[in-house]
Amino acid sequence: MRILLVEDDKDVSRFVAKGLKESGHVIDQADNGRDGLFLAASENYDLIVLDRMLPGGMDGLRLLETLRATGSKVPVLFLSALAQVDDRVKGLKAGGDDYLTKPFAFTELLARIEALGRRSRGEGPVTRLAIADLEMDLLARSVKRAGRTIDLQPREFRLLEFLLRNAGQVVTRTMLLEAVWDYHFDPQTNVIDVHVSRLRQKIDRGFAFPLIHTVRNAGYMLRADQ
Amino acid sequence: MSLSAHPPKRAADGPLLRLVRSLGFRIAALHAVLLIASGAALGGFFWWNTAGYLNRQVDQSLRNDVALMTARFEDGGIDAIIRTIAQRLAEDSDEEEVFLLVGPDGRSLAGNLESWPAGMPLDAQWIESPIEHDGIKSTGRLYGMELAGGYRLIVGRDVANRLRLRELVADAVLYGSALAVLLAGLGGVLVQRVLQRRIDQVAVTAVAIGHGDLSRRVPLTGADDEFDQLARIFNGMLDRIGGLMDGVRQVSNAIAHDLRTPIARTRARLEESQREATDEAELRAAMERGIAELDGIIAVFQAILRIAEIEAGARRSAFAPFDLSALLADAAELYEAVAEEKGVRLEAEPTAGLAMVGDRDLVLQAVANLLDNAIKFTPPGGRVQLGASRGDEVVEIVVADTGPGIPETERPRVTERFYRAETSRGTPGSGLGLTLVEAVAHLHAGTLEFGGDPEGGPGLRAVLRLASGEVPRHGRAGEVQRRRAASVAQEARLERVPAAATMDGQTSG
Repeated sequence: MRILLVEDDKDVSRFVAKGLKESGHVIDQADNGRDGLFLAASENYDLIVLDRMLPGGMDGLRLLETLRATGSKVPVLFLSALAQVDDRVKGLKAGGDDYLTKPFAFTELLARIEALGRRSRGEGPVTRLAIADLEMDLLARSVKRAGRTIDLQPREFRLLEFLLRNAGQVVTRTMLLEAVWDYHFDPQTNVIDVHVSRLRQKIDRGFAFPLIHTVRNAGYMLRADQ
Repeated sequence: MSLSAHPPKRAADGPLLRLVRSLGFRIAALHAVLLIASGAALGGFFWWNTAGYLNRQVDQSLRNDVALMTARFEDGGIDAIIRTIAQRLAEDSDEEEVFLLVGPDGRSLAGNLESWPAGMPLDAQWIESPIEHDGIKSTGRLYGMELAGGYRLIVGRDVANRLRLRELVADAVLYGSALAVLLAGLGGVLVQRVLQRRIDQVAVTAVAIGHGDLSRRVPLTGADDEFDQLARIFNGMLDRIGGLMDGVRQVSNAIAHDLRTPIARTRARLEESQREATDEAELRAAMERGIAELDGIIAVFQAILRIAEIEAGARRSAFAPFDLSALLADAAELYEAVAEEKGVRLEAEPTAGLAMVGDRDLVLQAVANLLDNAIKFTPPGGRVQLGASRGDEVVEIVVADTGPGIPETERPRVTERFYRAETSRGTPGSGLGLTLVEAVAHLHAGTLEFGGDPEGGPGLRAVLRLASGEVPRHGRAGEVQRRRAASVAQEARLERVPAAATMDGQTSG
């Protein structure tokens, strides 16, 4: 993906840009709001990572509002030290697609960037998802692996659906909580792990190879490595 | 901060100017003006109805006499008038009637007036003039007229008594007004004094608070008047500020004592591995451990900030109506798996149609923390129950477990930041979970209480009461009471969750 990174903190900027480049993305950087807006408006990016507080008289919110006013629909991920709920709500209201507070783990940022990028590419209405020998029929709400029907609870179905839609990518626990349970909160314990492990019992147990993989210090990935 | 013991004054102001500028004086002055105006209105009305009435009565009876005399003269000539005058004077026991009839030669023909007053007009005019009749010197109200044949007649009344009465009334009105002004002035000074004294109490308290003595409160007189109401609201505000200040102090203490330990440990471990690691794999492992520990510290920081944010009441913007029954079902579903993995049975009593206005994410967080806690402390084979019911404008969420419980003496302290019950050392957790639950309760004008099993069995029963209705409004007396109750509860606050802020669950020293 071609990504614009607008961030004034040199260390954070360098660290994020380096990580994204290593993950195969092309990065442009701006360290203030004016340059950021100029680049965002004149170039074609697949995604913008935007700091909330920027020098130069134009902060992230203003930049995004201005950009959205021009009709741009490029996905934007806010990166901010402002962690209060109001700030988050303001950021999303201004047209942000996701909001990540500092300090953050790079894996979380990367997972969210890739999920956003995929979402915006928009495959259109999908009725069937599949990976390797696993198939999901979204209309009949049924799941089969290697031809065998697997019974899933509604929540397990949604969990697997989210993993399938992001197959081959890391999804973090927070992303799962927000997307599958629709709550923004801190579960403190390994709640998500327990639910994933239950799903794993049904999807992977007794089959030739596992599909759900744990990514250390990050989250989970649905992937078919035989 | 420059706070003087008195409100700032302009240096050049004399005491008089200060008095004039004071609200008490202005109220008193307005009071006096109104009192004088009402006194004047009363006096005027009184005057018109007494002295004025007497004058009008005299004039009316004189007019009648004039008409009578004119009629007699036309009927019976001068003799009829003479007879009438004699008869009238004989009948007049008050000696108030005055008559004089003189002939064309100026000789007195009838009447009790000694002589024709000098300058008495004859053209139907009323005059008031000194007179002498029946040997009395007095004042008369007279009407003179000329009759045919050169006769002249005066009809009048002795009004000396009436004049004296009028003077009396005038004096009464005058002295009454003077007294009213005096009383109004005194009243004004009194009102000003009383206001000043009551305001001084608030001012002295405010100044003391400005100097940092947050324990001061405005004394109540018990009269339950406007000042008492204001003082109560003011004190309620101070309680709240005090609570927030305590919160800030607790946060600083928490950071000083409870975060320094894990930070120091992380630092020591990193330093140790920098010195002693022999290959890259070892270094990598040490760094990973360091990052995990830092993540734990960050999580604690975020929890502290979040609690502070909630306690400051800044999150009401997210208040909206939501389905509490659905939320509880979600929470149960979310934690049922965790309980099962630990061998604990989570029993969620199904509820239907429970709705409330609040912050959905925070209420879930609170319920999640209670469930998390209950599951964590309940030994395998135990049971955790989640139930809810609707009360009068509240919803009550109950999480009961069959764990070791908390001794009654420790219960008030379990929501304190970083509180660790003796029994829970060694269990992972930040020590902030229940603090957050209580903050959420307060945000929803509610409470968090802990009790034992009602049937005397082991375990802990957490009752989270939340206002179900509208967004709590500030400033209402009820709210003030509730807040006060809440802050009293807050003074003895605690947390049962334990152990250091580490991910690996080790206890800190």
